[in-house]
Amino acid sequence: MLQRAWPAEGATRVPYWVYQDRDVYREELQRIWRGATWSYLCLEAELPEPRSFVTTFVGDMPVVVTRDAAGALHAWENRCAHRGALICMQARGRAERFACIYHNWTYDHAGNLASVAFRKGIAGKGGLPPDARPESQAPAKLRVSSLGGLVFGTLSESTPSLEDYLGADVLRRMQRVMKKPLKVLGSYTQVLPNNWKLYMDNVKDMYHASLLHLFFTRFRINRLTQKGGFFVSPDGAHHCTFTEMVEDAGDAYEKEGVRASGSHGEFALENREILDQVDEFGDRVAIQILSMFPGFVLHQIRNSLAARQVVPKGIDRTELHWTLFGYADDDEAMTRRRLLQANLVGPAGFISMEDGAATGFVQRGIAGSSGRAAVIEMGGSGVSGGDSRITESAVRGLWQAWRRYMEIPA
Amino acid sequence: MEVRLQAVVENLHARYVHALDAGRLEDWPQLFTENGTYRVTTAENEERGLPLPVMYAEGRPMLRDRIASLRHANIYEPQRYRHVVSSTLVERIDEGRARSVAHFLVVRIMQDGDALLFASGRYVDRIALSPQPRYEERVVVCDSRRFDTLLAIPL
Repeated sequence: MLQRAWPAEGATRVPYWVYQDRDVYREELQRIWRGATWSYLCLEAELPEPRSFVTTFVGDMPVVVTRDAAGALHAWENRCAHRGALICMQARGRAERFACIYHNWTYDHAGNLASVAFRKGIAGKGGLPPDARPESQAPAKLRVSSLGGLVFGTLSESTPSLEDYLGADVLRRMQRVMKKPLKVLGSYTQVLPNNWKLYMDNVKDMYHASLLHLFFTRFRINRLTQKGGFFVSPDGAHHCTFTEMVEDAGDAYEKEGVRASGSHGEFALENREILDQVDEFGDRVAIQILSMFPGFVLHQIRNSLAARQVVPKGIDRTELHWTLFGYADDDEAMTRRRLLQANLVGPAGFISMEDGAATGFVQRGIAGSSGRAAVIEMGGSGVSGGDSRITESAVRGLWQAWRRYMEIPA
Repeated sequence: MEVRLQAVVENLHARYVHALDAGRLEDWPQLFTENGTYRVTTAENEERGLPLPVMYAEGRPMLRDRIASLRHANIYEPQRYRHVVSSTLVERIDEGRARSVAHFLVVRIMQDGDALLFASGRYVDRIALSPQPRYEERVVVCDSRRFDTLLAIPL
């Protein structure tokens, strides 16, 4: 049990030790990542055929995700029951069986131990005793749930159904994007020099988007004055924010004198094709960012669609695995549009590259101040949804959920 | 091997990396033809036959937009690159064009002196030879799928 005191201000403060403390990190891998939460594993489109597999992570645990011969999805820990070696060392592929290279113990697509090499020895000598039960150390199996082609897994029996976990509002916004079969466009990894929670803070922080990401603002792509809104799940854990497709002609940023304002006036894109959006959902939403606790983000930025998976790699290192996709029935023009708009996102994204820098700056800035706390008071102290994005409501929701899993009272 | 052609192509590669490493980013689009394309991808995506770029521009206006955004919109910590280009293979396509594959390493140097082997890979190029040598197509195939923090300056 962690003995840590939360600041007296409660919901409007986040003490910096949450990003720095090794005991906290170890505890959250257990209580959160391996606890009663759903983690994104992969897209169903990455497992197109029977007997295909991909490897991934849930927190620090290596995981194999498979589609068996009958088409059912499975996920299990990538750790041999025998001595703990990785069972599957390839990132993806097809396999009849999974054989641990160390001593050739094999597993089926559901992660069951299928054979032990020389289990009965040779010529009556050696081998396992008849009453040996190596299965007692079998790799953990995850419950798997697929939602519109997104595959999630959980290690806990007590996790509610994926639908109940997300809550009605966030579920509906996820289903909005996952409306038909997908086509994978590609993937890459962005390595962030910070604690995993700083990235989730950032995703849920609607206030930062147009202030840090000047590309948005200079081109009036997304300003806080534009029409939009957001939902936070009742437990605070998940959120979804959206902005409508309108060009903002106002001058609130210029009046405020913020750095993001376009008052210099000299900056315009020569080729605006990378911003051309087709309203493929028929609701005039230009940007939708959805987050699911603890480490999944689904984005629609114009016609760019992506799943972002957060993989913690230590207290101050996080991997962000991006998989960009379109729909199986996209025509050539739509695929080209999505590839051009890939410029907006990822490590080189016109509107996302700063996130890695900003969150890394926090990790470095707080180095000598574990006793101090972040101020998250924009919009008050509540965690409800609304239509003003000058709020840190969804960030407070993250910490409400985190404290509940970590059993740290406010 | 056509010695003169080899020298012409290697000189183009050299001018390219000198422009980027010296921070003369505005010179970078000039090294492409008017409709020249630039695409950064990963060996993994190439091998899987997946088209996703990390960075992508079709034509000089888009190349200039990338630089304009770096200069006026994007926020990133001061940093420099040191490119090393080697093992350049050159093949003539026809009278006016050549193909080239070259290896590269990029060291990224931050303002506090932290130097990191930031990227390695292959430049796979189609080059127009006249009126001046310029890239018709440059594909930057990174060996790793990982990018540290962010990729601001082109590779």
